[in-house]
Amino acid sequence: MTQPYRLERGGLVDRDTPLSFRFDGREYQGFRGDTLASALLANGVLRVADSLRLGRPRGVFSAGIEEPNAIVQIEEPFPEPMLTATTVELYGGLVARSLRGHGRLAGDPDPARYDSTHAHCDVLVIGAGPAGLAAAATAASSGARVILLDDQPRPGGSLLGTGEHLDWVDTVAAELAAAPETRVLTRTTAFGYYDDNHVIAVQRRTGHLGALAPAHLSREGVWRIRARQVVLATGAHERSLAFADNDRPGVMLAGAARTYVNRYGVLPGRRAVVLTTNDSAYAAARDLAAAGVEIATIADLRPGVQNGEALPGWAVARVHGEERVSAVTLRSPDGAGREVDADLLLVSGGWNPVGALYSQAGGRLAYDPELGAFRPDGGCRQNLFVAGAAGGSYHLGVCLAEGAAMGGRAADAAGFTARGIVLPEAADPAGTPPAAVWTLPGGDPAVQFADLQRDVTVADLARATGTGMRSVEHVKRYTTAGTAHDQGRTGGTLTSGVVAELLGVEVGALGTTTFRPPYAPVSFAALAGRDRGMLFDPVRVTALHGRHESHGALFENVGQWKRPWYYPRDGEDMAGAVLRECRAAREGVAMMDASTLGKIDVQGPDAGDFLDRLYTNMISTLKPGAIRYGVMCRPDGMVFDDGTVIRLTDERFLVTTTTGNAAAVLDWMEEWLQTEWPELRVRCTSVTEHWATVALVGPRSRDVLAAVAPGLDVSRAGFGFMTWRDTEVAGLSARVCRISFSGELAYEINVSWWDALTLWEALLAAGAAHGITPYGTETMHVLRAEKGYPIIGQDTDGTVTPHDLGLGWAVSKKKADFIGKRSFTRTDTARPDRKQLVGLLPDDGGLLPEGAHLVTAAPQRVLGHVTSSYRSAALGRTFALALLRGGRDLIGQTVWATLDDGLVPVTVTGSVLYDPEGTRRDG
Amino acid sequence: MMLIPCPWCGPRDESEFHYGGQAGVAYPADPAALSDAEWARYLFFRDNPKGPFRERWSHSAGCRRWFSLVRDTVTNEVLS
Repeated sequence: MTQPYRLERGGLVDRDTPLSFRFDGREYQGFRGDTLASALLANGVLRVADSLRLGRPRGVFSAGIEEPNAIVQIEEPFPEPMLTATTVELYGGLVARSLRGHGRLAGDPDPARYDSTHAHCDVLVIGAGPAGLAAAATAASSGARVILLDDQPRPGGSLLGTGEHLDWVDTVAAELAAAPETRVLTRTTAFGYYDDNHVIAVQRRTGHLGALAPAHLSREGVWRIRARQVVLATGAHERSLAFADNDRPGVMLAGAARTYVNRYGVLPGRRAVVLTTNDSAYAAARDLAAAGVEIATIADLRPGVQNGEALPGWAVARVHGEERVSAVTLRSPDGAGREVDADLLLVSGGWNPVGALYSQAGGRLAYDPELGAFRPDGGCRQNLFVAGAAGGSYHLGVCLAEGAAMGGRAADAAGFTARGIVLPEAADPAGTPPAAVWTLPGGDPAVQFADLQRDVTVADLARATGTGMRSVEHVKRYTTAGTAHDQGRTGGTLTSGVVAELLGVEVGALGTTTFRPPYAPVSFAALAGRDRGMLFDPVRVTALHGRHESHGALFENVGQWKRPWYYPRDGEDMAGAVLRECRAAREGVAMMDASTLGKIDVQGPDAGDFLDRLYTNMISTLKPGAIRYGVMCRPDGMVFDDGTVIRLTDERFLVTTTTGNAAAVLDWMEEWLQTEWPELRVRCTSVTEHWATVALVGPRSRDVLAAVAPGLDVSRAGFGFMTWRDTEVAGLSARVCRISFSGELAYEINVSWWDALTLWEALLAAGAAHGITPYGTETMHVLRAEKGYPIIGQDTDGTVTPHDLGLGWAVSKKKADFIGKRSFTRTDTARPDRKQLVGLLPDDGGLLPEGAHLVTAAPQRVLGHVTSSYRSAALGRTFALALLRGGRDLIGQTVWATLDDGLVPVTVTGSVLYDPEGTRRDG
Repeated sequence: MMLIPCPWCGPRDESEFHYGGQAGVAYPADPAALSDAEWARYLFFRDNPKGPFRERWSHSAGCRRWFSLVRDTVTNEVLS
């Protein structure tokens, strides 16, 4: 027997396209146009999951995104956890299973692509139900750029479920599709509403095609939409009531049952009892009856209702059946009971306007006692309009008229003039106002469920209020009501109502919990879009990158840069390679690609004055042709960056920054120039990628340079330390600086970025006889640490002054002011027991972990921490740098490093461990 | 995401900007003349109002110019 609960005809499913699928291990058939839930119901499968905490059987409860029960895991073709069967479109080959509240991520990488689009429009309409369609059509008639989005595969909204005016829906949809400035996005859920009408939506593009999804299309796309005006036509969700065993499979929202009959041609049961607080359930009952469902009785909780169809004032006292509803015990207003056989209990506890996006937009939801629900209060400051059921209007004629009116107003507000559109005739029958009912009398509160997905009962809520909680926000966090991925769509207002009853306050005074993005679950893959893997962040490489690769370099990430870390030879580990590279730099000659150093060209008549204000030392006295090391501080006196300043002409300097700080230093300069010193005539330009820089280091570096720069006087007297020359190197225009970051005789050779490889090869050839050795950042770090040169950001952390680093010599005493100067005389910066940079020699010769804490022996008191730690070829041992409280006074003493397996004694030394006299600098 | 009116480029996404904190906190004319407390007030003390707040922004991914605006810190509305 196939699809025993499918009607012979009717519905919007494509009966010519049968689809096979598996659920919990069994094979079923459905049709294109089904959801997994409607296909399961067609096959008589109502029980779809067990509940999270209590493991109670649960059935399909709704027909849409508000579903609390039917949580499934898709296994094939694409593994996805925690989807609702009511929102999964059926496709052939779908394999799913029920979940008890917890999903499982796939172990395999996701092969699908995800994408994102930035879009702008004049009017964004969210929701393509009657109000949204009318709004979009009206706005589009003005010529405004309109985007209409809806989470369903086709426009129509509630009309798809009621089966009304579908011709009009098709006509409007066709007009919108043809409108040149209008974009209709189906299968698209707006999940975030941010400042200034910035709306984020996720579009499910190919998931509904299953294994047939074309590989060249992205599976999901995120839309980031900036709209001048927004029309919220997000509709309403039906809510439940708290009565005993209101969670049994077969208890279903009345409107959902109507949708299954009209849209999917599926009977959710054979014989139904209806329980309602409002008129909408009658239309559902009529449609179900017409389709062949026997309506056993209608219990209307409004005592005064007189329509001949219902039992006025009757309630549900008990639900029989565990796996599925078998009978319902009704209770009359005077307490008389009546048991009615039924396999379906249709519930309508009223309708909640979907106010989540309005709330995210900064609007308030206020309780409307006539509506018995919270709805937008109309006071949101963003440029938005609310139309239809989202604003609490439930009659179709009103929804259509409001939609057209709000669409017109939105277009008008965006500067367009809308023409009218043709709306279908919709008679809004006069009815009986709804009643706001929360808990039905009698029954065990421990099985009266307020939040089905979180298994939160009236008893749980009473426990929360019993502890003294008076705010729904507290009750929410204590009971977890409303925190499941359905976000309390069917249970949230009910929870507020029950809590209000328990506290004896008005539900309007109690309020609801706050709605925050995302409105619906959205995958991280969709949010990441193309920003993953290689495209996650730009990768910057130097002009020599390919050559480093052919040298066999391993790379280190420094900001976005890839820098050679070390160059292992066959069979060499990192320690071996670094020791070899260090030896070459100290004993022969070595070279490094230093192109990533930040370089800023500072020009203008006031450039010298400007740099005097920025650096702690005096820059303006520098002669053209000379170089000075400089330190920059923040106004609080803490070191921000360091580097060299070379003076090119009277009005032009080239300053270098640390690799990671290049952009920050340029920002810093521009900020001071623009905001504090606009009178200074100075311009700053980043030239980091104009110049490739190779550091040539070691006692043999002079010989190598002489060989490739025949026109340059490289003698000690002719080319002094901290000067620079423009010359030809390897036939290239080059600027050579006598700078050393290792303590050895060294040069930094700058050429055009394009010429870097020519320079590199020339140096390799010229240095071959001396065993010239390329070295990476690790060796650079060891060499500089042996000399006690700090790395800003590694040996400092924003709480370190130049004096703490032993750089007091670089702080001018002559300048009246510079950034940070005043802070050096603050009580705190003048303390003698500040943390100071020192060297450490581990007594046992071990390598200290960077970050290890340093303490006194007994009692243990924290003195500081290890900032840098290496093996030194030159020292023949391990050593470290550290920031140590009162460190310079502890030189020669023992402190203790805390390691995982205990304390290790280390001897404190000065920070300069190698060649403290500086004898090697000039070769 | 806020839409911030750059005086030079027009309204642009917040992600193009860099926040600069309270506006109108000038670098003291003569820091040396200030007491430690006065200097600390310049360094560390900023207003944190609930409501209108004049603050600095830099269009760092655009024209790179600094400017001030008044933002309501409750609603993120740019008032001027």
